[in-house]
Amino acid sequence: MAKPVLLSMKDIHIDGRSGDDWLPIIKGVDLTLHKGEVLGLIGESGAGKSTLGLAAMGFVRDGCRISGGSINFDGIDLMAAPESDRRALRGKRIAYVAQSAAASFNPAHRLIDQYAETPVVHDVMSRDKAEADAVELYRRMQLPHPEEIGFRYPHQVSGGQLQRAMTAMAMACRPDLIIFDEPTTALDVTTQIEVLAAIRDIVAQFDTAAIYITHDLAVVAQMADRIKVLLRGDEVEEADTRTMLSAPQHDYTKTLWAVRELARPAQPPAAGTPVVSVKDITAGYGSTMVLHGVSFEVHKRRTVAVVGESGSGKSTVARVITGLLPPVSGEILFEGKALPPDYRRRTRDQLRQAQMIYQMADTALNPKLRLRELIGRPAQMYLGLRGKALTERIRDLLRLIELEPDAFIDRLPSELSGGQKQRIGIARALAAEPRFIICDEVTSALDQIVAEGILRLLEKVQDEFDLAYMFITHDLATVKAIADEVVVMQNGRVVEQGPKDEMFQPPHDPYTELLLSSVPEMDPDWLTRLLKERAAGRAGLNA
Amino acid sequence: MQATSILLGIVIAVTAALVSGWLFRALLVAVTSGELRRSFRGAPVTASFGMLVILLYFVVAVLAPILAPFPERQVVGAQYLPWEAPYYLGTDNLGRDMLTRLIYGARNTVGIAFATTGLAFVVGSVLGLWAATVGGWIDQVLSRLVDALMAIPALIFSLLLLTIFGTSITTLILVIATIDATRVFRLARSVAQGIVVMDFIEAAKLRGEGVWRLISREILPNALAPLVAEFGLRFCFVFLAISALSFLGLGIQPPTADWGSMVRENATLINFGDVTPLLPAGAIALLTVAVNFVVDWQLHRASGLKE
Amino acid sequence: MAHVWRMIGQRLLLGLLTLFVISVVIFGATELLPGDLARELLGQSATPETLAALREQLGLNDPAPLRYWNWLTAALQGDFGISMGNKRPIADLIAARLGNTLFLAAYAAAMAVPLSLMLGVLAALWRNSIFDRAVNAMALTSISFPEFFVAYILIVWLAQSGVFPSMVRISSRTTTPDMLYMAFLPALTLTLVVTAHMMRMTRAAIINLLASPYIEMARLKGLSPLRIVLRHAVPNALAPIINVVALNLAYLITGVVVVEVVFVYPGLGQLMVDAVSNRDIAVVQAVALIFASAYVLLNLLADVLSTLSNPRLMHRR
Repeated sequence: MAKPVLLSMKDIHIDGRSGDDWLPIIKGVDLTLHKGEVLGLIGESGAGKSTLGLAAMGFVRDGCRISGGSINFDGIDLMAAPESDRRALRGKRIAYVAQSAAASFNPAHRLIDQYAETPVVHDVMSRDKAEADAVELYRRMQLPHPEEIGFRYPHQVSGGQLQRAMTAMAMACRPDLIIFDEPTTALDVTTQIEVLAAIRDIVAQFDTAAIYITHDLAVVAQMADRIKVLLRGDEVEEADTRTMLSAPQHDYTKTLWAVRELARPAQPPAAGTPVVSVKDITAGYGSTMVLHGVSFEVHKRRTVAVVGESGSGKSTVARVITGLLPPVSGEILFEGKALPPDYRRRTRDQLRQAQMIYQMADTALNPKLRLRELIGRPAQMYLGLRGKALTERIRDLLRLIELEPDAFIDRLPSELSGGQKQRIGIARALAAEPRFIICDEVTSALDQIVAEGILRLLEKVQDEFDLAYMFITHDLATVKAIADEVVVMQNGRVVEQGPKDEMFQPPHDPYTELLLSSVPEMDPDWLTRLLKERAAGRAGLNA
Repeated sequence: MQATSILLGIVIAVTAALVSGWLFRALLVAVTSGELRRSFRGAPVTASFGMLVILLYFVVAVLAPILAPFPERQVVGAQYLPWEAPYYLGTDNLGRDMLTRLIYGARNTVGIAFATTGLAFVVGSVLGLWAATVGGWIDQVLSRLVDALMAIPALIFSLLLLTIFGTSITTLILVIATIDATRVFRLARSVAQGIVVMDFIEAAKLRGEGVWRLISREILPNALAPLVAEFGLRFCFVFLAISALSFLGLGIQPPTADWGSMVRENATLINFGDVTPLLPAGAIALLTVAVNFVVDWQLHRASGLKE
Repeated sequence: MAHVWRMIGQRLLLGLLTLFVISVVIFGATELLPGDLARELLGQSATPETLAALREQLGLNDPAPLRYWNWLTAALQGDFGISMGNKRPIADLIAARLGNTLFLAAYAAAMAVPLSLMLGVLAALWRNSIFDRAVNAMALTSISFPEFFVAYILIVWLAQSGVFPSMVRISSRTTTPDMLYMAFLPALTLTLVVTAHMMRMTRAAIINLLASPYIEMARLKGLSPLRIVLRHAVPNALAPIINVVALNLAYLITGVVVVEVVFVYPGLGQLMVDAVSNRDIAVVQAVALIFASAYVLLNLLADVLSTLSNPRLMHRR
């Protein structure tokens, strides 16, 4: 690469305070970035990507410190420079785009005021000029009504638009470097596309260098020239994007790549009485209806994936089935017999038959109870197990979810990793010996490798105990991995349903089409191609 | 000159407090082990000073009849005698021994405040947890009732109630406990509401658990830490409220030895430059400071653990 | 804007309802009296005939709702009845003292509010510094002191040496500068107690905000710490700060009771304490109603102001 070096970080060590001790977060990472280059920084949670990205600005969060190494930005030693010099760089020459734009815009000021603040404080341009410039950048970021949108307050603008407005704000002083910290993670897939395209264009137009932080390989493949992989504060490997995608060197990177290949083979069509039938359910809160005539069936040893974006009503379906939200009309049949709509009216046995596993294992397990009681309580309540028999049952369940009974039985949830907590959630559901389990986004809070382990475990116990699953998710890779049948939901209605293989083959309902095509693929040319196709589609429509 | 001697006195008192706190922490660390020892080691000096003071008050309250040189209500000499043996802190407006009354005050004032806080706490937190757990109209009725009671300033409301029911120790305890229970109710309810929305409560409800099991096994263990800290704060409020009422002559009635009324009875001495009435007032202040130091440490710890 | 005015209108209605409930509670409390007002007035030795005559005169034979209505309408017109203690109209007793109490509370508030907001913001800005720790330790100590302890310490320190008077005597010839001088110690006592509370709450409200992502964003835009606090934290802290100020001004109202007694200050608190000692129930009711109304009105004002300071409510989608 012929371009001059912009940022050079050498042997960076960063510690975080934990009580009285300092624990390492970054353990000696080097990072070099050339002018106009985009570096993708990927890794799972706890890898230290955000910490490293912020350190590029000479910034650490409260409770952290840089304990070693050097940071050189365009000839300036950021570690040696006084805080006032670093402050003069921030916003002006190095800008930052945060994960949640909704939380990172100040709710008390209009967008334009927050935009103009940086150029005016750094004496780059006058307030009037900054406002005119903002309109230009808003237009380039393809925001609707660029002349007016700046005069709105953050809460008056949608999430995807806010994220673009924040990128425009970062561009205000035409910085040499922008740090993008998971800018699209909080967005739905269909919104993500627009933001990714806008970010990529504007960075190319101004020849700005960027560090793009994400946990999503397919996203980084679209955005970065080079990719660096981090694992627990250490660098695993770094290479040119195409090389990295086609020929990863390190074992860890190979596993990361392989996770995306998991796919459940097609099963023969199910017959007989379905375990659960959802019949023409209409439900809502107060007078606003969230579900409109939703119907589907779940059979023994089969998994139905309910797919949709936020607000599609997919979680409300679970609340109706469990009886937390009695429907306005329609009914839920369990093995052909109608269930009482309110869970308080259901018998203990009816409650036992349908169990639930939650998205956030942190809030789904009582933090003050030990695993013995967490898993043991359903077995004690429903099956009447006591004393030795109960302990034996708990130990069996722990073995089933691949946790060593002696080491785990008396632990608290806080003494477990995220994946282990989710396994306890599964054990608690299995302890009731149910026929049907609702899995509500059970892997979306987990890292890919851990998530894969959970999915494999769910498949194993499904075969072992003849379980029927309803799997709520927004992630189509997860659908591929576990589903037999798919139900696509939008705005409280089922737009398409059928066996998985049919769903991934055209022809589609237009929404399913949009949803499927919006899922980023590992191919670095995917975004370019997709945008071209969509533009062509629009042109075709207009002609 | 007086200002400098006061400043010097403050400096000496603060240093003595910090040193004794430091020593007491060293002692606690030495005699405990495990988890307890680790938390003591992390305690700030102010908090360990607070624990030392609370311990001392407790010992004095329990051993009052042994420690006090004279019986609680006995007139032992002339009025307002100076600080000389055998009346080390002089005598009060009726000629009773000041030191004796101070020691018995630890038992009476602190004991009554503690009983009141305990009563307010049990009633307030049980109702608060219950309201948050069952929700619906029970929650609405209880909450609106508490809102209405809390719209009247506490001291004014207690004055009104004491006018009507008279000023005996029992009515005092009941009146203050009722008023304070509304505050505890509100806190317990809001803490429980934060817990009730968690998925593990939903899971327990769907499992078919009853209300009392939900409260005692699922909610209470998670609400305990903020409730314990609140107990300390409420104790300070109750203690100060009872002292204020006694000082106004409307709380604990003579001849019971009580710090608030002792200030009132001997207040005239102040105008002659005698600081004796400041002793019971200081005794109240010291205990409240001590409890607040400990509570502050606990709250800080709880918030630090969350991050 | 219509929805904001509707919200404020609802809040005002709720305030009125609260005042109504309070008046019912205060009136209803007398219904719990063992015996009745007439017996209280005349004592145990009264003959049945005189008792009956007095009951008739006081309207005690009317049903409770009717008596409540008469009491309330009279109170709204400034007529609180006759004091049992000295047989004078309660309105006259109150009129002379209400101004004094309001003066004292306003005096203390004028010192306490700017002082505590400044200390709170500075402690938040320099959190965990020596300044922060010292101010916090002092605030915690000051909260823990009973008001009368603070008051007597100030008397021993400042009044014994004759700098300020320890008693307040107000006559018709007292001028405002005289008032400010004489009321200095009671006002200072209240200031010390209230400042500590207000400063701690202000500090907590601001520190709470400083953890928000938009504050980190402001730091990453290269803004100075002072600009971050003043431009990014304070506008969002307005609602909590308004509530803190209102809560503490409301606290001042009850705080005056003890302070007025210590300094023999001729205010409502002093009047109420005397009335409670004499079981002069009509006076207690009247003063309680005034204190409680002031308390409710302050909270109402805080609610309205914090609604108006919220951009989410002022500028809707």
